[in-house]
Amino acid sequence: MTALELSRLQFAVVTVYHYLFVPLSISLSALTAGLQTAWWRTRDERYSRATLLAGKLLMATFAVGVVTGLVQEFQFGLSWSAFAQYYGDVFGPTLAIEGMLAFFLEATFLGLWWFGRDRLRPGLHLATIWVVAVGTLISAYVILAANAFMQHPVGATIDPATGRAVLGSFGALLTNPVVVASFPHTIAGAFMAGGALLLAIGMWRRRDDAVQGPTWRVLARVGAWTTLVGGAAVSLTGDVLGKVMTAVQPMKMASAEALYETTSHAPFSLFAIQLPGMEQPWSIDVPWLLSFLATGDPTATVQGIDDLQRQYELQFGPGNYTPWIPVAYWTFRLMIGLGVAATAAAAYVLWRTRRGRDLTPAWFADRWLLRFLWVLPVLPTAAATFGWLFTETARQPWLVFGLFQTRDGVSPTLTPVELVASLAGFALVYGVLAVVWVRLVLHVSRQEPTPLHPTAEESRPEPVLEMSY
Amino acid sequence: MEILWFALAVLCWVLFFALEGFDFGVGMLAPALGRDDHERGAAIRTVGPVWDGNEVWLVAAIGVTFAAFPDWYAALLSGLYLPMVLVLLALAARGVAIEFRGKVDTPAWRRRCEVTLAVSSFVTAGLFGAVVAVATTGLALDPTGAVVGSGLGRTLGPLLSWPALVGAVLGVLAALVQGATFLGLRTTGPVRARARRVAVASAVVGAVVAAGVGVAVGGLAALFAGVVALLGVATAVAAGWRHEGTAFAAATLGVVGAVVAAFTAHVPVVLPSTLDPASSLTITGAAASPYALTVITVGAVLILPGVVAYQAFSYWVFRRRVASERVAA
Ligand code: HDD
Ligand code: HEM
Ligand code: HEM
Repeated sequence: MTALELSRLQFAVVTVYHYLFVPLSISLSALTAGLQTAWWRTRDERYSRATLLAGKLLMATFAVGVVTGLVQEFQFGLSWSAFAQYYGDVFGPTLAIEGMLAFFLEATFLGLWWFGRDRLRPGLHLATIWVVAVGTLISAYVILAANAFMQHPVGATIDPATGRAVLGSFGALLTNPVVVASFPHTIAGAFMAGGALLLAIGMWRRRDDAVQGPTWRVLARVGAWTTLVGGAAVSLTGDVLGKVMTAVQPMKMASAEALYETTSHAPFSLFAIQLPGMEQPWSIDVPWLLSFLATGDPTATVQGIDDLQRQYELQFGPGNYTPWIPVAYWTFRLMIGLGVAATAAAAYVLWRTRRGRDLTPAWFADRWLLRFLWVLPVLPTAAATFGWLFTETARQPWLVFGLFQTRDGVSPTLTPVELVASLAGFALVYGVLAVVWVRLVLHVSRQEPTPLHPTAEESRPEPVLEMSY
Repeated sequence: MEILWFALAVLCWVLFFALEGFDFGVGMLAPALGRDDHERGAAIRTVGPVWDGNEVWLVAAIGVTFAAFPDWYAALLSGLYLPMVLVLLALAARGVAIEFRGKVDTPAWRRRCEVTLAVSSFVTAGLFGAVVAVATTGLALDPTGAVVGSGLGRTLGPLLSWPALVGAVLGVLAALVQGATFLGLRTTGPVRARARRVAVASAVVGAVVAAGVGVAVGGLAALFAGVVALLGVATAVAAGWRHEGTAFAAATLGVVGAVVAAFTAHVPVVLPSTLDPASSLTITGAAASPYALTVITVGAVLILPGVVAYQAFSYWVFRRRVASERVAA
């Protein structure tokens, strides 16, 4: 493989890995805050125990999110130095503001929340976890704005002398229509992930003894509602995002559909296969749906790949402006399909456990659900990953749409050996991290949940009152 | 304009090294100073609530460098590609080891986390020291600002040089001094007593090495090295006399001095080229626009006072020393 291909592979692996943990950090911080608020208002012991449990999952996830996020920050200089030089004026301020505005908040207040349980007044302690939750949302918004620039560059001009981007308006960068649409979509997807994790763990342990069983049921129900609502929100926001995308990158929508010819009343294909020897792929279509998704009008015309390719050649000069169609087509469908599956499972659980009822392993659907509980948290996480794979690969060959191509971004003197070495290092360390994280989550879910605030007898005595400064 | 940008970047880097230095040190020292699980836990607890906040200064520093000096950011990271990847991997292991240690209640798990923490803290401190030293002495930059060479040696090679070795030793020593004085300040009992001894010893060695570097390089840098060496002596004396606050302050000032010296050694050159002085990167080549500077500055003025306030609040909440002696239940 060439240095370019290796750099792309490494970027994709390392970024996707960071994003496996990000949705959980975002949603678990808000869910922990919500559970603690429920405890604060009702003083119901179950919420207190559920809060600490969700908080432990959050702490474990956050740590991995932080250390892999740090790698992200450096990646642009490491293997994309040409892109970094081009993009520094836009991305640098964004990263610096994100760090100052969001990361300091998250890091400091999470420390206060975790270590401050017996030091802070309960009201103040509750406030700290809310600050963390808000911090994750701010950081998500700012980084998504940086990514939205690459989808639809606004707020910057190109310096004719150096050929580099020059930031013109930070406000325009932050109000890019793409980030306005993709932020709610991404956050809704994130809540599905955290909800499904709590749902799975809660269902797994719901039959515990009389003291703990109710706590686990609370987790399962809260998780299921979160996944269901998240699922609905993801569909609505995805629809909006699709329309924005069609407007700014018509090629992406056409690739998602493998729509070669410009068509009016375009159908949406749910599934397609083309076996060798077949003229036309065999597919299940929903009439008019694509036109509706892309523009809001079922009769509208949707531009096809062939037309767009011709148009881009005229605009940008000769070249291949078509992304890799099968990847675009399938990642888009997997994103939607896996998300719908998770939403459906959550709805089913809510219905089966309504008003104190429980699943009956004798009934085959319940038996299957219980056997494959562990799949539930995987579904939204995988959906989000496919969403990113779609967003980023279907933008190719561009890094910054219409302005800067991927092949021009790579560090010029980087050699394949170095990339292979670093990729091996990341694979090793990240692999170990993943294994340890899964073990930790399993360990936390096997423990008895304890109340958030230890009672007076339980709390460790701290006789030494000497101040250190 | 360039001067402002440069000052801002150096400020962020200095804050990062000064703050994160003590948690590197605590990480290295925890297994050595803590004789049992409880004592080691107490040592690690002193940085538990703050290490992540300290590390965010790295995010800010990299962001400012990226914005203001994209060429510097790009040349440094792609030119020291493998060492920087190693730093990142070690930082990853470190953060996770601190956070995961307390989450499973078995001695074997905690032991593994402590060893990981110590090794990764040692590696990070050493590599950062080496990278700073190499960046000060220069890289084989061609006129486009890229480091020439082929294979693994292109970016690993610079680590096998004298400056890198001395830098690594200084990095580890600085972290040790800071970590030991910090533990002296923040714990009670046996860990506090042992930390004092380590602080005195490592500060003396650090002062000697810094003085040696001063003699070797001469010029203005020698002056800085001399100041750093004096601060090392001051740390040792203060620690010996049990002025723990003073010892920590002196150690931290020493780190600040060393980092400032390294970054300003060749101004206006920020990254010297060992091939041809004309290819060196200077701050006048800073590419960031005045507008981007305004964004960062306005952001910093609006946001940082709040950050300082809540971080101070956090240190105040956790102001009580952590007890390392066993408590009879
Ligand atoms: C939609 C959300 C989102 C996306 C797309 C990304 N991140 Fe992230 N990042 C977060 C949401 C987030 C977060 C929720 O705020 C994290 C996860 C866990 C955490 O500690 O904060 C985080 C952590 C995190 C950290 C560590 C912060 C700390 O030390 O506390 C850094 C440096 C980055 N990220 C940088 C990046 C970069 C450069 C990205 C793009 C290439 C990126 N993140 C994608
Ligand atoms: C501000 C945020 C982001 C920036 C600046 C950014 C930038 C980049 C760059 C430089 C590449 C390399 C070009 C390439 O490999 O084709 C890339 C590709 C990629 N990115 Fe993003 N990215 C961002 C966010 C994300 C996130 C959050 C994800 C999700 C996990 C993601 C997923 C990917 C994937 C999968 C690729 C590989 C695409 C391919 O190789 O065809 N990106 N992006
Ligand atoms: C009805 C269902 C859905 C629709 C119509 C939809 C639509 C879209 C569209 C059009 C994009 C591409 C936008 C771009 O290129 O920027 C996208 C991206 C994405 N989707 Fe979905 N989506 C759906 C379900 C989901 C689900 C269930 C998840 C995860 C749980 C998810 C997570 C993501 C993510 C993380 C991205 C990339 C980030 C971004 O560009 O904002 N989506 N979605």
